[in-house]
Amino acid sequence: MAGSIQDTFFEECEELLEAMDEGLTAIEGGDHDPEVVNAVFRAVHSIKGGAGAFGLDELVAFAHKFETVFDEVRANRLELDTKLIQLLLRSSDHLSDLVAVARDGGSTDEAHHDVLISALEEYIEEEEEELVFQPMGLGGAFDAAPIEMEKERIYKIRFHPLKDMYGTGNEPYFLFQTLADLGTLEVQLDDSELPGFDALDTDESYLTWKLTLTSTESKSAVESVFEFVEGLCELSIESDSDAEDEANALAALDAAFGVMPEEGADQVAAPFEAPVPASEPVAEAADPAPAPAAAKTAAPKAETAKTGPNPTLRVDLERVDRLINAVGELIINHSMLAQQIANLDVADLRDVETELEGFKNLARDIQEGVMSIRAQPVKPLFQRMARIVREASAATGKTCKLVTEGENTEVDKTVIERLSDPLTHILRNAVDHGVEKPEDREAAGKARSGEIRLTASHRSGSVCIEIKDDGAGVNRPRVKQIAIDKGLIPENADLTDSEIDNLLFLPGFSTAKEISNLSGRGVGMDVVKNAVTALGGRINISSTPGKGSTFTIILPLTLAVMDGMVVSVADQTMVVPITSIVETMRGSDDMVNNLGADGTLLSIRGNFVPVCDVGAALGLDKPDHDQPPGVYLLVETETGQRSALAVDDIHDQRQVVIKSLDGVCGNIPGVAAATILGDGKIAMILDPESILAASPSAAAFDTERRLNNAIAS
Amino acid sequence: MKTKVLAIDDSRTIRNLLAAALEEAGFEYHCAVDGREGVDMYPDVAPDVVITDINMPNLDGFGVIEELRGEDINSKVPILVLTTESAPELKARARNAGATGWITKPFDDASLIFALKRVTGAAA
Repeated sequence: MAGSIQDTFFEECEELLEAMDEGLTAIEGGDHDPEVVNAVFRAVHSIKGGAGAFGLDELVAFAHKFETVFDEVRANRLELDTKLIQLLLRSSDHLSDLVAVARDGGSTDEAHHDVLISALEEYIEEEEEELVFQPMGLGGAFDAAPIEMEKERIYKIRFHPLKDMYGTGNEPYFLFQTLADLGTLEVQLDDSELPGFDALDTDESYLTWKLTLTSTESKSAVESVFEFVEGLCELSIESDSDAEDEANALAALDAAFGVMPEEGADQVAAPFEAPVPASEPVAEAADPAPAPAAAKTAAPKAETAKTGPNPTLRVDLERVDRLINAVGELIINHSMLAQQIANLDVADLRDVETELEGFKNLARDIQEGVMSIRAQPVKPLFQRMARIVREASAATGKTCKLVTEGENTEVDKTVIERLSDPLTHILRNAVDHGVEKPEDREAAGKARSGEIRLTASHRSGSVCIEIKDDGAGVNRPRVKQIAIDKGLIPENADLTDSEIDNLLFLPGFSTAKEISNLSGRGVGMDVVKNAVTALGGRINISSTPGKGSTFTIILPLTLAVMDGMVVSVADQTMVVPITSIVETMRGSDDMVNNLGADGTLLSIRGNFVPVCDVGAALGLDKPDHDQPPGVYLLVETETGQRSALAVDDIHDQRQVVIKSLDGVCGNIPGVAAATILGDGKIAMILDPESILAASPSAAAFDTERRLNNAIAS
Repeated sequence: MKTKVLAIDDSRTIRNLLAAALEEAGFEYHCAVDGREGVDMYPDVAPDVVITDINMPNLDGFGVIEELRGEDINSKVPILVLTTESAPELKARARNAGATGWITKPFDDASLIFALKRVTGAAA
């Protein structure tokens, strides 16, 4: 149980840290609304509260300092200037680290911790009392037993509530019950103050109780019973052994100084006769108490146990994935059924087809519903990135601000998880290499502080993530020179601007003169590209000198199902992702222009686009220029270049379930994955980009292909 | 009949800790995630005792006490506040608003039950 509560705590911490970051980001952006400040305060406070419950002292101590400073802000005793905001931001980062350490083990940078603590303390005015997490409201009742524990004592208690006490919901009866737990209690009511009925003021307190408690508990345990009514009553507690306690203390002192105790001490300690315990003394005594009636009758009975306002259900991810698999099978099953029905030799199939259409729509609804379970907003991911930019700015001495847009765009959970590293890398790069130093920016007539804009949006079945900085843009002459120096391209290579920009993604390319420990870390943008490609996505860079660079990542919405166009190529059935197809057209002789030995251009409305024969590119048949293929699929690559994929025919457009080929037959150039068609056959899902890269006839425009050729030559 | 506790706290961790301790001790446990919900739930749950956090969104703990003790609801049930600090002024403020007692976080099961015992007489 304790373990699962602790898990909950860490889960909650994640949410609280997010809320804290969100609030701090708003504050950084100039929003000093008290509600925002309050929200951050509460988040830190809750982390502290939970951490205390699990004995996470370091976390508690830091959260406490952090929270105290925030409390000062809340009370308008501190002004939120840039310096303080920076400190709060760094503190929030450190708090995240402390939570992570508490959860996963490890340690934080102690020097950093101390620096932050003392920086925070500078803002805390008065000498604050040391925070002691002693369970309060407990007094000494459960403290380690004093030496005299076993000895029975008699306490004489006089208790006279003031009238204010009754307004707080404290009931003498319950206090006496609690006392009765400590030993044997005798209760005597003194109602001598009670006036006659006509003179009675119902708000006044007239009653006094005299209690005799025989107990082995310490005096502080007895006192702790009255903790809540302290100041709300007249209370005296006398013990027969008060004198003995003093004598014991004296004896202890004497012993310490080597003096023998006097005989008299024993006599004082002799207990006097204990009163006979009454069976139900408490109840009788308490009945006439003028305390307000408990609210048991105040409200009609309703046994409904409510929970939170937005009920959520935590489900094992594996169960959702099982469901997704089943939905995939359902879709395949539907296409098989549809195919078999179509093959039936029945005159009128209209009713069946209508139902089948309904089946298809339902299957799609279910699929979308299941996908939406896995979909999550990118907000938490984006919020983490604010920290990356902050840290990178601090490390490089630049000032950068991250502006995020489209945070509520929902993306598959796995995609979000795997996007974290590439995004981190791109953002570090943007700060390190993209944004200029404040002086340089000023000289260029820009604001001293750089801005990096992180945007997420949905774009026709895909997710588009854009990282746009307002820095200097790609230094093309330098990038080209580096590529030449590293032997990535030949010296006389003739590249377009866009091609030069995309050199950054080549393996082994790094523009940093020395590997800075910030964005360096021994990996280049090629790792970013691989990570994005592994998600079935693409990445592309565009840049304007002096204005900045934009990285665009296009990702599939889901990793399980997609819309595809079913085509045939060299007697094989294949699927082309709909998202990559711009246009389709029937081929005719006058559209095709042969170019050299194996190059073909297609003339479309006055524009020429290179043609790639898919069958030839995959090595299924030889290109045949005499007989133009039946259909051209016009596709657009990420760099905006268009080309045409030549296929034999188009059969259908439908949802297909993506079945990964990983571990079955490895990576095949041009093939992204496989799917199962309605007739039960397996069809390859093509990856147009990599087909074009592998195609000799389309090589003319493809950067990577061309570069590879250049290197090879 | 079990003693009904209505716990109001915006922290899931604290709610879980309370639930675990109270249910094990035999209390009937109800919870609300913020002050507003706590006050709204109060008539339906009709608890024997209320435990409320102080720092919460949508109506803080003081607001909860004031509304529960106010004329509309006019609750007489004991209200215990959960506080992280043992700050005397915080206790004084809570008491002035009509709180019965307090429980200091972090609490252990024994101190929680002890606090409940003193205001409801019930150990469960």
